[in-house]
Amino acid sequence: MTTKTNEQAHSRDMAGLLFGDLWGYAPSPESTDHVRYAQRYGHFINGRFVEGKDHFPSINPATEEVIAEFAAADEAEVDQAVQSARAAYAGVWGKMKPAERAKYIYRLGRLIQENARELAILESMDGGKPIKESRDVDLPLVAAHFLYYAGWADKLHYAFPGATVSSIGVAGQVIPWNFPLLMAAWKLAPALAAGNSVVLKPAETTPLTAMKLAELCQEADLPAGVVNIVNGAGRTGAAIVKHPDIDKVAFTGSTEVGKIIQRAIAGTRKRLTLELGGKGANIIFEDAPLDQAVEGIIQGIFFNQGHVCCAGSRLLVQESVAKEVIQKLRLRMESLRVGDPLDKNTDVGAINSRAQLDKIHELVQSGIDEGAHIHQSTCNLPSRGFFFRPTVFTEVSQSHRIAQEEIFGPVLSVLTFRTPDEALKKANNSPYGLSAGIWSDKGSKLFSVAGAIRAGVVWGNTYNQFDPASPFGGYKESGFGREGGLHGLKPYLEVR
Amino acid sequence: MQTYRLPKIPTVDQVQVESRAAAFTTRSIKKGAKKAALELAIRMMDLTTLEGMDTEGKVQMMCKKAMQPMIGRPCPSVAAVCVYPTLVGVAKRSLVGSDVKVAAVATAFPSGQSFLPIRLEEIRQTVAEGADEIDMVISRGAFLAGEYARIYDEVAASKEACGPAHLKVILETGELGTYDQVRKASQIAMDAGADFIKTSTGKVSEAATLPVTLVMFEAVRDFFFQTGKRIGIKPAGGIRKAKQAWQYLVMVKETLGDDWLTPDLFRLGASSLLNDVLMQLQRLETGNYQSSLYFSED
Repeated sequence: MTTKTNEQAHSRDMAGLLFGDLWGYAPSPESTDHVRYAQRYGHFINGRFVEGKDHFPSINPATEEVIAEFAAADEAEVDQAVQSARAAYAGVWGKMKPAERAKYIYRLGRLIQENARELAILESMDGGKPIKESRDVDLPLVAAHFLYYAGWADKLHYAFPGATVSSIGVAGQVIPWNFPLLMAAWKLAPALAAGNSVVLKPAETTPLTAMKLAELCQEADLPAGVVNIVNGAGRTGAAIVKHPDIDKVAFTGSTEVGKIIQRAIAGTRKRLTLELGGKGANIIFEDAPLDQAVEGIIQGIFFNQGHVCCAGSRLLVQESVAKEVIQKLRLRMESLRVGDPLDKNTDVGAINSRAQLDKIHELVQSGIDEGAHIHQSTCNLPSRGFFFRPTVFTEVSQSHRIAQEEIFGPVLSVLTFRTPDEALKKANNSPYGLSAGIWSDKGSKLFSVAGAIRAGVVWGNTYNQFDPASPFGGYKESGFGREGGLHGLKPYLEVR
Repeated sequence: MQTYRLPKIPTVDQVQVESRAAAFTTRSIKKGAKKAALELAIRMMDLTTLEGMDTEGKVQMMCKKAMQPMIGRPCPSVAAVCVYPTLVGVAKRSLVGSDVKVAAVATAFPSGQSFLPIRLEEIRQTVAEGADEIDMVISRGAFLAGEYARIYDEVAASKEACGPAHLKVILETGELGTYDQVRKASQIAMDAGADFIKTSTGKVSEAATLPVTLVMFEAVRDFFFQTGKRIGIKPAGGIRKAKQAWQYLVMVKETLGDDWLTPDLFRLGASSLLNDVLMQLQRLETGNYQSSLYFSED
């Protein structure tokens, strides 16, 4: 069997179990034969694909091959997009009967479902995430978001009883590369349902599926200009944020850029929601269901290679079970399959970009230098592409960079605690406050800790559960505003 | 004699253990990996008949199938046949010259509701008839009443009565109610000397499931960490399709590792699984499904 890359017989160094290749899985790559995409993309403005300039490549991080080239929009091109959005808002979309608006959004949701397979493959090719995740998590959630918000479009007055609601105007939206389509859905669906038009910029390393989404907008007969998508990097994003005719800015990405945006629009009328970085604490109490907690920790940090703003990247484990939990964690890490994102059996795919890989290397080195103890999976990595071994640091202290800074990679920092108060204090001792997980069989403890954690999302005996009906967003430097659920409509509405 | 006390064991979260078990079913097993899995599944199978209507003739025919599941192509024999005690002798004679073992259900199977001395005597007589493996049942009534020491003592006494024969302890997980109880029963059986822990008798409607078996794997793994002893696991009942068989193998591979991918430590108890596995093997080789009429019903 030719699965050596994944399953070289590992040394029996840990706890005496052997995860080797006695029975190896044959390669099971998802076929890419039927996916269609262009070699060169400009922008999607006023319902049409338009030429652009200053093209840059988007590469497949698993092979380092160029997939396609994308134009970078300058201020003038962004202005065209905003003008087209304004015209569509004033002329069509803002005046349309809400039930009619809903039809278009439903149609988009259904088109996404119909094209889910192709979109999932492209998402994995362009971003490096395992096909099993883009197929089973990203795409179903993308469709669910559109369908969920379509339902609200003609019920906005019931969403906020006693208040009068109306749309805002033109929204400028800038999204990250970790969940390209899903973040587009989180941004587009509530904005459109509320009656706004949109200028969206996908991340420069993962613009491909946004262009496919633009095709679906055409197929859905969405009125021209309601959704405009411009490609580009930081300069393009800045042009959107600073454009005087943008009424609302929504950004998901790094805290650093979030702060720049906040400064840039200070003193303007623009509304802002930010969904930024995180350093989520996963707290395991001694009375937790340990095996399931370990599985939750693994999913919490290695899901999507750790490129998740709400990743459970800090593990706080009660000292009385720390040894056992760490042993189980290391063992479980050993059975993760790292490799080709398009192989249906891959658990951990490719790191999104060379730059991100460098950043992970740099932070991991700081962990070693500062005295934490590193444990890594002994798996073999593919010879090409950007890959990083699943990594766990033990003997980490609160002062280490790897305990404070967001690594955004498959790297877990383990700290210990003695009492619930200490766990809470450590969990909250972070400039971030996006997510947390609590593992305990004791309901009273779980709820008391959950209530005191300063994080926008707290999961109990589970992690990384997403649903369009459930609000998501941060405390502190993880941002403000909520996406999902009723909460997610509010930033796109004037509520009087 | 000191009274047994259940050691501290982790609790089990129902939602998470079920979602973890479901994740194993999404593994894509193709080509060479599928062929290897199917052959391994045959080598791990306890081909079973446990009916009131079992006769010598039925057992003889099943034993022939056990030794030579498919005529006309190289095919491994199954691990064991599993029969009632009175048919051990005929099974043993039918299997002469092969490596196929004889397993017998003893201890007032399937309920276990008889007197301990009688159950122990049943084990001794069955071993005397030539059984290589004894599949006993625990007293679920006593277990559910919290009499853990009694369960321990009965399993320990059964182990002693087995002498050289291997002891599989059937927990009858479908009657235990929760995953926590499955984990507890697994621990008691292993502490008392079980060589194998087995999910079900096949006589209760909820038989083996992936999450139940996963809980048992986790108990076996932790027991190995603590004692260095490798205990075997046998899911039984309800495993009828080849696909289910390889899903169990995926779970073995990714939870316990390579050491457990052997008939010495993992068995599949089944009566109708074999033909589906053979059909899938044929399909891999010929590219076509053949009619079930081409597979012998023994």
